[in-house]
Amino acid sequence: MLLTISTTHHPATDLGFLLHKNPARTQSFDLSFGRAHVFYTESDETRCTAALLLDVDPVGLVRGRRGPPGEGRTLEQYVNDRPYVASSFLSVAIAQVLSSALSGTSRERPELVNTPIPIIASLPVLPARGGVEFVAGLFQPLGYEVTVQPMPLDPKIFPDTAAPYVAMTITATCRLTDLLSHLYVLIPVLDNDKHYWVGEDEVEKLLRHGEGWLAAHPLREEITFRYLKRRRNLARAALERLVAEDEADPDDAAEKHDREEAVVEERVRLNDQRLGAVTAALRQCGATRVLDLGCGEGRLIQALLKHRQFELILGLDVSHRALDIAADRLHLDRLPPLQKQRIQLIHGALTYRDSRLAGFDAASIVEVIEHLDPPRLAAMERCVFEFARPKTIVITTPNVEFNVRFETLPAGKLRHRDHRFEWTRTEFQTWAGRVAARFNYTVRFVPIGPDDAEVGSPTQMAVFQVCN
Amino acid sequence: MQLNIPDLSLVVLIGPSGSGKSTFARKHFKPTEVLSSDTCRGLVSEDENSQSATNDAFDVLHFIAAKRLSAGKLTVVDATNVQAESRKPLVALARKHHCLPVAVVLNVPQRVCEERNASRPDRNFGDHVIRQQVQQLRRSLRGLQREGFRHVFVLDTLEHFDAAAIQRVPLWNNRRDEHGPFDIIGDVHGCCDELEELLTNLGYQKDPSPSNDSPWSTPLYAHPQGRKAVFVGDLVDRGPRILDSVRLVKAMIDAGHAICVPGNHDMKLMRKLRGRDVQITHGLDRTLSEIDSIPTTIRPQFEKELAEFLDGLVSHYVFDNGELVVAHAGMKEEMQGRGSGAVREFAMFGETTGETDEFGLPVRHNWAAEYRGRAMVIYGHTPVPEPEWLNRTMNIDTGCVFGGRLTAMRYPERETVSVAARHTYCTPAKPFLPPEDAAPDRPAQHIDDDVLDIDDVIGKRIINTTLAGNVTVREENALAALEVMTRFALDPKWLIYLPPTMAPCETSKLPATLEHPAEAFAYFRHEGVPRLICEEKHMGSRAVVVACRDADAARKRFGTQSDEPAVCFTRTGRRFFTDPAIESEFLTRVRTAIANSGLWDELETDWVCLDCELMPWSAKAQELLQRQYAPVGTAATNALASAVELLNRAAARSPDAGPLLDRYRDRAALASKYIDAYRGYCWPVQSINDLKLAPFHVLATEGAVHASRDHTWHMNWAARLNAADPQIIQATRSLIVDVTDAASEAAGAQWWEDLTATGGEGMVVKPFDFTARARRGIVQPAVKCRGREYLRIIYGPEYSLPENLDRLRSRGLAAKRALAIREFALGIEALHRFTRREPLRRIHECVFAVLALESEPIDPRL
Repeated sequence: MLLTISTTHHPATDLGFLLHKNPARTQSFDLSFGRAHVFYTESDETRCTAALLLDVDPVGLVRGRRGPPGEGRTLEQYVNDRPYVASSFLSVAIAQVLSSALSGTSRERPELVNTPIPIIASLPVLPARGGVEFVAGLFQPLGYEVTVQPMPLDPKIFPDTAAPYVAMTITATCRLTDLLSHLYVLIPVLDNDKHYWVGEDEVEKLLRHGEGWLAAHPLREEITFRYLKRRRNLARAALERLVAEDEADPDDAAEKHDREEAVVEERVRLNDQRLGAVTAALRQCGATRVLDLGCGEGRLIQALLKHRQFELILGLDVSHRALDIAADRLHLDRLPPLQKQRIQLIHGALTYRDSRLAGFDAASIVEVIEHLDPPRLAAMERCVFEFARPKTIVITTPNVEFNVRFETLPAGKLRHRDHRFEWTRTEFQTWAGRVAARFNYTVRFVPIGPDDAEVGSPTQMAVFQVCN
Repeated sequence: MQLNIPDLSLVVLIGPSGSGKSTFARKHFKPTEVLSSDTCRGLVSEDENSQSATNDAFDVLHFIAAKRLSAGKLTVVDATNVQAESRKPLVALARKHHCLPVAVVLNVPQRVCEERNASRPDRNFGDHVIRQQVQQLRRSLRGLQREGFRHVFVLDTLEHFDAAAIQRVPLWNNRRDEHGPFDIIGDVHGCCDELEELLTNLGYQKDPSPSNDSPWSTPLYAHPQGRKAVFVGDLVDRGPRILDSVRLVKAMIDAGHAICVPGNHDMKLMRKLRGRDVQITHGLDRTLSEIDSIPTTIRPQFEKELAEFLDGLVSHYVFDNGELVVAHAGMKEEMQGRGSGAVREFAMFGETTGETDEFGLPVRHNWAAEYRGRAMVIYGHTPVPEPEWLNRTMNIDTGCVFGGRLTAMRYPERETVSVAARHTYCTPAKPFLPPEDAAPDRPAQHIDDDVLDIDDVIGKRIINTTLAGNVTVREENALAALEVMTRFALDPKWLIYLPPTMAPCETSKLPATLEHPAEAFAYFRHEGVPRLICEEKHMGSRAVVVACRDADAARKRFGTQSDEPAVCFTRTGRRFFTDPAIESEFLTRVRTAIANSGLWDELETDWVCLDCELMPWSAKAQELLQRQYAPVGTAATNALASAVELLNRAAARSPDAGPLLDRYRDRAALASKYIDAYRGYCWPVQSINDLKLAPFHVLATEGAVHASRDHTWHMNWAARLNAADPQIIQATRSLIVDVTDAASEAAGAQWWEDLTATGGEGMVVKPFDFTARARRGIVQPAVKCRGREYLRIIYGPEYSLPENLDRLRSRGLAAKRALAIREFALGIEALHRFTRREPLRRIHECVFAVLALESEPIDPRL
């Protein structure tokens, strides 16, 4: 909400002409979200400092607001850092209040517009989502000397904890229009949020204000991605147009791409293997009517549909949102009738008895049980094994022993925040054995993923078969 | 001619076109009771005479008929129905819904039909059609009984047609007008000694009848208060005094002191007496030998009368406006008060799977586990060691003849009274008493409650509450609640209550004040509530504590299978603590305090449900503090300090920056007040001694929901709990205010000023009597009135600036208030149902609904 710009150019008072704001006065401007004030704290031949102070209306933010809810729905809250930090509001204010300076026009000093002058810009409270290094990484390549001062969070309650803000000062000898363009783009990038909906015209804005520097910026992907609020299609369009104007080293790009893919593939491969193994188990038992309990976004259903053996696949999930995504992913609304009638998606929970689940040949419960609190497992066991009672039941769950093989996973941490437990092979097999005995099933175990001699496979699978 | 038809039946009119069916139906039935095939043709095809629409029209007709019969509504089918194949699905439909099919045949002369059709322009089919229909009708006449019609009325002449009068007759089993009180008595099986003892214990007096020579001669038992005995059947076989038992019961019935439904043994005896070939097994031999000992001169007459008596017994009864059903082996909801062979069969044998067990007995399907009906069902048939409730049903056959007990259930008291068998008269094929060294079974209801059914929570639901009538939960809200309940809530068996949301008072008009006690007091005064209690509002997190005397009491009362004697959960049913060690240590302290306060003994309970606030706020809100509250404070202080510093310099240069400087100085001061406000509710928790639990309602204990106790009672318990462990249990300060007395009100307002000036969150104003009713139902159970400083952490650091406050004043409370009432009613209803020991699903539905309503979009700052 506060930006100061100083210069030691001679005469420094020329800054007033560049900004189109009289150093002798305090001026205020109405904006849609509040008011902006421009005033000078010093102005003489040697040094001149202008301040842009933004009065974001905190009540107006919440009441009568149009636009997105903001990251973590912050814009719907009265207790909100928006009035105090540099954010997309400041970018808008720069564009509206300092528009001539931003576009590089000056009636009185047309030649000065294109002259690099020594400039110091300060932002006392700048959100730094991505850390201090990220702040430096954004501005240093543009030729700035960057001073970043971290800010402690309330020391009374959170001793030794950093707030997500920094005070930043950047110094360079450059054109004022360039400095303002950099700030215009990079402030919301650091904040990683926008107070308005991001659409196609935002790509144009980025390219306009990024002209001459963004294409060559080493973090251009991240900047584009964040500036366009992580909307992939927009970011792709913007990057394509950026790169077309840019002669990037093709080898460099290809190498980078390969690296990224390997990381992703590691993960994808295990997921694919899991779906494959479950599909195999379901095909092997000859089931035609199958349940996918905890179907999530419908990946397994998608895999099963490829096999004509499965005449009816019923997916159940507790999250209504996940079911909507699954319906989308499966194109349920435009599938031909014969295909469509093979799929049913229902909202339900594994801890409630559900008559809709009766009469199926097989059920898969893939990476689901670890999301249940252990005391609720008993209800799940009865709902599935006693009441739904399909002939075959396939259950997969992480093997916690394998976690030591994940390099990125800190020791003792579970793989997912919502996992209530992760079992060793013995724990899983003991549980499965007890359940099988109680409900009169047999059970066998199959590893999924690379079977490590010491710690086993990353995923473990149990296949239950009802006894006659 | 009077046509007596059962009041729940499917009346099938049979007659050719033009025979006057529609006229007949209009004359004798309500328009809504009549389903006409012509109307249905019109519905599906725009043409009431379209023959090509016949199939679709009948689909519609059958569908509506099924819905009506399922709902227990008499239904008349107005179609020609002259062919057997068109009547067949109707008979099947009636059977499926356990209604009696009745045929009314309009056999008017063909000439009349032809004349009537000729006079109607839309009936342009030839006379041959009518001729054919008349022939089909004539051919059908004799077979109607065989087709399954229980009553057939044929109106042969126009005179009959005109003179016909319909009389609706209630079914034999309909005794809704009898309200008891009753003593329902289990399977007697000839245990007359025990029966006499039981009747005596129940207060029946024996009136020795003048001895005569009749084989039916017996003393008469009658209750001085007019109670009636209701026998669940199986009077005969196996026991030592079979005919005495029958005589005793018959005499009581004849004198109007008893009612009896037949058991399978009674019916088998009846068939034997009627000369049918039945197997002499399961103790029938004993009955027959008792009969054989009757002198031959009077035996045939006795046998005839006995058979008539047994034959006259009605399969089951519905009493007391449908609140009570008695049948020998039980009765499903959809069969109650209905009549069909299937109903009779179910009453006699219950439901079996078709399999037999290792003792050669039929495997029974546990219909009671699936029972969802409103009526209480009392039955016998299968001996059980203990009579126990399961979904409002109770089996009271405690196997007297097998050496168990003869049990009676007193209605409406819902108490059981038993006498022990004097001997084991007969050995059961399958032992029904558990071996003495076996661990005691968990109650059937607890086992049944282990798994809840999805149908009991999803979809649009209407829940009847005592406090607020019907509460509707929309389907979308239930969707959201299912996820929360499944993924985060603790075992539903512990969730006997969720706290309601609370509305603030209306907005104050005072300067720099958004909420003030005056508006809270005014609200209650306008609702006609004179006496209020103001309670200090603790700034922590809402917590519900359900605690038991010990783990055993928890298992017994709550049916849980863990060793936990207590739980503490949040307003969304999540465990309050994530660390099991802290949870257990904390709850042990709380339970000790409860024990030391004398609550267990004084309230004669093994468990208690406490509504509390648990502090510090930071214990539960750590994430929120770190992500939102503290960063806003940091950003505000730094940004505003920088702005003030710069403006100072600017103002030194040019005075026009002065007003801006003043404004930013004010804002900086507000930011620091905001930080002070939230800091007051935060302190580090190193051990459980740093936690503070402030109980403010003792919501329920065994047999009692304390929503009818006034708040001083609750505050008194809160104080006693505090005295028992001042370290972790915090008392709640309170003040009684009379809103008809200005001085008292002023004292209340001053009390709030003092409370909030020292960092208090504010206060909660409640009707002194806990629940209060006004013209439009119950009033708000609580209205909050928050302090000026506290509101900074709700409405932002600078909410108190005049330009902000003026806009914040407009806020709609209606939705929030309606929600608070509904959630309050649901929470209290859940507790009532729990104390009445209703099935878990009935409690869960209320708690689930509270959670569902919480997903209503309502301004979270209210």
